Amino acid sequence: MAGTLEFSPDDRYNAFITTCSTAPFTDGALAGTAIAVKDNISTAGIQTTCGSKILKGYVPPYDAYVVELLRQAGAAIVGKTNMDEFGMGTTTETSAFGPTQNPADPSRVPGGSSGGSAAAVAAGLVPMALGTDTGGSIRCPAAFCGIVGLKPTYGRVSRYGLIAYANSLEQIGPMARTVEDVSRLMSVIAWYDPRDSTMLDRPYDHRPTAEIKGLRVGIPEEYFGEGVDPRVAESVRDAIGVLEGLGAETVPVSIPGMRHALAAYYVICTSEASSNLARFDGVRYGPAVDTRKSWHEAYQDLRQEMFGTEVRRRIMLGTFALSAGYAGRYYAKAQVARRNIKEDFERAFCDADIIAGPTMPTTAFRLGEKSDPLSMYLSDILTVPANLAGIPAISVPCGKVDGLPVGLQLMGRQFEDERVVDAAYAYEQEVRA
Amino acid sequence: MITESDIEHIAELADIGISKDEVPEFTTQFNAILDYFEVLDTVEGESAPDAGAVNVFRDDEPRPGLSQEEALANAGSTENGFIKAPRVM
Repeated sequence: MAGTLEFSPDDRYNAFITTCSTAPFTDGALAGTAIAVKDNISTAGIQTTCGSKILKGYVPPYDAYVVELLRQAGAAIVGKTNMDEFGMGTTTETSAFGPTQNPADPSRVPGGSSGGSAAAVAAGLVPMALGTDTGGSIRCPAAFCGIVGLKPTYGRVSRYGLIAYANSLEQIGPMARTVEDVSRLMSVIAWYDPRDSTMLDRPYDHRPTAEIKGLRVGIPEEYFGEGVDPRVAESVRDAIGVLEGLGAETVPVSIPGMRHALAAYYVICTSEASSNLARFDGVRYGPAVDTRKSWHEAYQDLRQEMFGTEVRRRIMLGTFALSAGYAGRYYAKAQVARRNIKEDFERAFCDADIIAGPTMPTTAFRLGEKSDPLSMYLSDILTVPANLAGIPAISVPCGKVDGLPVGLQLMGRQFEDERVVDAAYAYEQEVRA
Repeated sequence: MITESDIEHIAELADIGISKDEVPEFTTQFNAILDYFEVLDTVEGESAPDAGAVNVFRDDEPRPGLSQEEALANAGSTENGFIKAPRVM
């Protein structure tokens, strides 16, 4: 049943940077399903900007592997979604194409950086979308918009064709309104690709089951501490109560390395960004650099004009953190902290099969509320640990506070994405019934 | 403590142009963020040991890549099948 899907959405929340009015599709598991793709994932023949002026007009000559897999499965790729510039943000407000609004309350941000994908799904424009998660960029907007989002285990989904921001942390993952659809999309994209040298051959071929009797759910005190809105914590505790009602048992666990997590994350991601983003020089792609000027002058002028403030701030922070005399104090220490956090999770997963907590410490911020960079960074505290440890984590809606969605976050052992999906499915089926 | 001249130096190292009137705000924000990063001074443990990982290499065999036309398609300035860049010297 190959064909063409007509797509002309009422994009009132500015969820898309590019839409495809006619999207071809073929036969397959997702035949004719409209899928939106975050704009940092390469799509042959469709503009890919990363939410930045520096890639305006860039049309990739090839597909990311996940996009190739989507097309093979028959999906219709209907557009590229809005995002924080290069994924650097928690609100989708740093996009050069204007902020996305939250369909649950248009005066609020959708979260970020995959805010366009989350808003497109939440508004019903598409049933499924791809996002990417470097420090929470799938789970945060899923929580804020009231949908489901999975950050897979690091190494389970190919990053070939994903325009890199922080390679050692980021993964592409599925977003949808139900756990079942997240699982379906995951089973299409999680296939081995030798072009991503950090992959292992562990395909995801799973149908969710709601059986969680005897599952041990770890509750880390650090996820319910200072800075977490008590009403959000209460919603999440109620959700954990639902899991207990289904036969799961709770056990206290501890991730003491959490106190270093956010600083370690920001040192590592900005360091990697300072190297990755050096390629944007207006020579091979993007708006043309002035070739009459000298190299450094041309390069600096172009990057000042075409990069947003947050991207420039992070490139400079990373450059500083890696510079002679400071690398030992920042980058090397951050790597030790990262290893400690990974070991904390390994220890916790001896006593627990999954770990549960809130996805975000609060509900969605008002547009413009997080104007100070450090206060924005602090809101990532509950999502970055999973990226540092490389473990799978899902956010599933668990009620509302003042009419705004709250997300329950479930984390699992490396390569046990199936288990977090099953637990999320069990919860979702129970509360929908 | 990072000074305004440090910020200008870092911008130069990073090849990020910065205007005079941006420098004070960048300096304030940098100092707030670096203050926060001080928590890393309390990290215990030495630099990460060898995790036992080994590099896996493939044979260096030619594989299909982009055509010259595809590789040049997004370049802002080309000449005789080459990409044109600003002068380095």
